[in-house]
Amino acid sequence: MRFFHLIWGNLKRKKLRTGLTLLSIIVAFVLFGFLAAIKQALAGGITLEGQNRLVVRNKVSLILPLPLSYQDRMLRIPGVAAVTHMTWFGGIYQDPKNFFMQAPVQPESFLDMYPEIVLPPDQKQAWLQTRTGAIVGRKTAERFHWKVGDKVPIQSTIYAKSDGSRVWEFDIVGIFDGKKKDTDTTPLYFRYDYFDEARGFSKGNVGWYTIRVRDAAQAAHVAELVDQEFANSPAETKTEPEGAFIQGFANQTGNIALITALILGAVFFTILLVTGNTMSQAVRERIGELGVLKAIGFTNRQVLGLVLGESCLLGLWGGILGLALAWLIISRGDPTGGMLPMFYFPTRDLLVGVALSVLLGVVTGVLPALQAMRLRVAEALRRM
Amino acid sequence: MSLLNWFSQVWSVTKFGLLGIPQRRGSVAAALFGVAGVVAVLVGVLSIAVGFRRVMTSAAPPDSVIVLRSGADSEMVSGLDRETTRIISEAPGLYRSPQGAWASPELFVIIDLPKRSSGTDANVPMRGVEPIATNVHAIRIVEGRMFGWGKTELIAGAGAAKNFRGLNVGDRIKVGPEEWPIVGIFSADGGTAESEIWSDAAMLQAAYHRGDSFQSVYATLQTPDAFNMFESSLTNDPRLNIKAMRLADFHADQSTATTKLITSLGFLVASLMAIGAVFAALNTMYGSVSARTREIATLRALGFGRGAVVVSVMIEALALALAGGVLGAALAYFVFNGFETSTINWQSFAQLTFAFAVTPALLIQGITWATLIGLVGGLFPAFRAARLPIAVALREL
Repeated sequence: MRFFHLIWGNLKRKKLRTGLTLLSIIVAFVLFGFLAAIKQALAGGITLEGQNRLVVRNKVSLILPLPLSYQDRMLRIPGVAAVTHMTWFGGIYQDPKNFFMQAPVQPESFLDMYPEIVLPPDQKQAWLQTRTGAIVGRKTAERFHWKVGDKVPIQSTIYAKSDGSRVWEFDIVGIFDGKKKDTDTTPLYFRYDYFDEARGFSKGNVGWYTIRVRDAAQAAHVAELVDQEFANSPAETKTEPEGAFIQGFANQTGNIALITALILGAVFFTILLVTGNTMSQAVRERIGELGVLKAIGFTNRQVLGLVLGESCLLGLWGGILGLALAWLIISRGDPTGGMLPMFYFPTRDLLVGVALSVLLGVVTGVLPALQAMRLRVAEALRRM
Repeated sequence: MSLLNWFSQVWSVTKFGLLGIPQRRGSVAAALFGVAGVVAVLVGVLSIAVGFRRVMTSAAPPDSVIVLRSGADSEMVSGLDRETTRIISEAPGLYRSPQGAWASPELFVIIDLPKRSSGTDANVPMRGVEPIATNVHAIRIVEGRMFGWGKTELIAGAGAAKNFRGLNVGDRIKVGPEEWPIVGIFSADGGTAESEIWSDAAMLQAAYHRGDSFQSVYATLQTPDAFNMFESSLTNDPRLNIKAMRLADFHADQSTATTKLITSLGFLVASLMAIGAVFAALNTMYGSVSARTREIATLRALGFGRGAVVVSVMIEALALALAGGVLGAALAYFVFNGFETSTINWQSFAQLTFAFAVTPALLIQGITWATLIGLVGGLFPAFRAARLPIAVALREL
């Protein structure tokens, strides 16, 4: 980087123009980061850990339950290592706007199925011993300032207790963290045995099952066996990998990827124009100087490198600043207040962003750079 | 200085700027497309929210009401037994005809059907109704025929038929253990029912193991004013634990979360883009001013006023931004208006089909944004142009 000084000097020549171009690049990359986070939040974190997990639901619709008795029958199917279940509770804490998921689960099989849920051993013991005990994710606990030992009333929109009351009280016995950043730490999980005994209807049913298979390569085969097992029964099943289940949920929202790509396309096209224009102006103004450089012995390739270096430096600089700013904004959390629990900046998109910023520099610099390279010394000097 | 003289000064300076545009193609195009991009994205994203809201709030005449179990915030989680629906149908204030009181008890469930666009399963709403429903809801069979009462037959809403596979007349879909045929397609004047599949409530109750229970009662009042009488008679009845709402209010409630999400994200993205476009416009206008340093200085030396210079630079910026705004608005209109799609309404947990709606209000909003970008982008360069020291600028030749 012998010529870094020269490139830097060129960028500083018109500070206002460089600054404005830089700012528009920064804005583009803030937007890029933001859209990446929104897309991730809407598509849900599909963890690789779930590769050996299958979700079993009622074939007609997710709103129809499955009998609890299916659990033992599934455990007898070859290739099934573990089975647990969940049920949608549809609870409201204080205000319907305070949305987060709650579900009754079997504590032991649940914690065994989801190793990404990290709960201190003493809190796990407390949960196993407290019938009305519940564990809650760190995010929700912090949001409502809940501590271990608190009693939390939650009103279910679906389930009334046998006495007709819809308010369920849970003792917070534990607060869990996620092993990775894409683990959802907003739900509240409580005990199915307490739930099933207290509810007024639909006893002995669960919402959906999760299965862990012994061998991820056999997952498709096991899914077939499960669906065959319950074929022609009153509650037929549909079994699919956990990733497909979550993806299917996300697809219900519509084609997020396409909309995001369209917006980003519009933005980058604009930025491309702005930056490209800056670079070609910069070269046009400097034709004479470039001629002098060539006259004193700079090779064609060096001149090409100078101009390309300038545009790439501008792109990379703006890109990194923009991505950093996006990261700062995103780490402040979900902008919608609870509707997007998995709001974070995926590392993969961060890397894509850096690559894009270099690409932006190359694309906008390449034409002016070629123009500079092809300059004839005599002609260029005459224009001084 | 006479007003006329001032205007002619403004016009001369503006003419210089506008005539110079072809020489500054690149930077002018950057600003123009920048503004167009902002307006297109803003109008496009907001048209999703407007279209969604339009479906949710249309087809809700002022005399329509809905009754749900108290505490239920959507039909999906509500539940009413046969006895409750009977008591509701006897309430005062309801419209009555020889067919009986216009109170339609309905079962609301969802069924998994693949979306045409992606092939993945989606929650398609399915409604079980009794004969009185055809009076209460304004539906019209547009293809095939009505399903037969007491038969396992279905009719599909026009929107649902377009967006999901297996809903053409003659198709059969699996409902529980059996396959039911689609015998007709209906329209509901663009209302939510068009996203649904309908069948005989008794058949659907059996297929979904619901016993003789319903989830909601849709009713028509004698007059819109009868609502208070109807509502208080129901809420004061000790046998009932229900809530009654005007249908329009209910639909508005059901759509707030989704429209708010789309609108807030739309504004956020458009605001960021607008900031970017302001920088592009600033760059262009600074470029335009610095390219004309000599001309501006000459005019000022000849006695042109500072005001004329400021105004003319602003006019140029505004003209650029407006052209961009109109371009973007036109783009949004042709690309997005009427684009049909479906999305899940998380509040009802069911798919709703709707068309993006680019309304005149949205277009005006877009062009207003363009004007603001032009104002901000023109202001600073305009002052710089006016403050140019004449002697220095002329020496720069």
